[in-house]
Amino acid sequence: MASHLEQPSVSSERDEATMQEKFTREVVVGMQQGLHARPADQLAREARKWQSRIELVAKSQRVDGKSILEVLTLAAESGTRLVVEATGPDAREAINAIGRLFEQNFNEFGSTESGLHESGLHDSGSHSSGAGQPAPAPESTG
Amino acid sequence: MKFSDFMAVDAIRSNVSASSKEGVIREMAAALVDAGKIAAGDLESIVRAIMKREDLGSTGIGRGVAVPHTKHPSVDRLVGTVAVSHEGIGFDSLDGEPVQLFFLLVSPPDRPGDHLRALENISRQLRDESFCGELKAAQTPVDIQRLLVEADGHGVAS
Repeated sequence: MASHLEQPSVSSERDEATMQEKFTREVVVGMQQGLHARPADQLAREARKWQSRIELVAKSQRVDGKSILEVLTLAAESGTRLVVEATGPDAREAINAIGRLFEQNFNEFGSTESGLHESGLHDSGSHSSGAGQPAPAPESTG
Repeated sequence: MKFSDFMAVDAIRSNVSASSKEGVIREMAAALVDAGKIAAGDLESIVRAIMKREDLGSTGIGRGVAVPHTKHPSVDRLVGTVAVSHEGIGFDSLDGEPVQLFFLLVSPPDRPGDHLRALENISRQLRDESFCGELKAAQTPVDIQRLLVEADGHGVAS
């Protein structure tokens, strides 16, 4: 399966309310298992290192990136696109750090581009057994 | 996903006797065996898999809550249970606090979406602090079951 390394599109502006710098970046959940407990933990830990407010925005939800509980409510499956927003004095560094976690698939086994599979399961690319689809297929529902 | 979609009512425990991380995991997995949700012969393997997952990082997510879990090929659908320890158990949680409330999940390896939606449901419900507090204070499995049913009723099914 092709790895989808996209150019990170970071944009910045000033938050109107606080006049603080705000950086925005789109990321894709690349892990086969989605954004489950372990990556959510890593994400929240990383986010808490920064002073800036860090939020994750999904289709219809905006959550606090510093709270594992909130991050888990995204139930972001493999292929989901999220927007990360960092607002504050260290927003640029924060967004880069969070972006890197997604780029590296949170160092997860069985990420979409990983050649090594644990054992047992061999998903040969395209079997259609309902819920668990391994291919990153972003849904376009509004 | 609702609690009723994956919680094994007969495996709910309102006052575990275990006082260690492995102990409570074992007690909950054994409750799933007793409830007929996992086979007795798979108990050890499941406990080991859950402990191995804990070694990668505690699932104690703070607020006195832990979500120990694993994928395991012996189950063909997501099964879970709830347990309460009134004393609290050291779980290497993110916030360092002991855990009173445990949600244990065992899911089939090929259904990551179900696992995510179960985690979503648990975390969404736990944002309600009174729900969290009432579960921790529950005295009987029936109390816990009633709280889960009520939460299912309040939550918006997704």
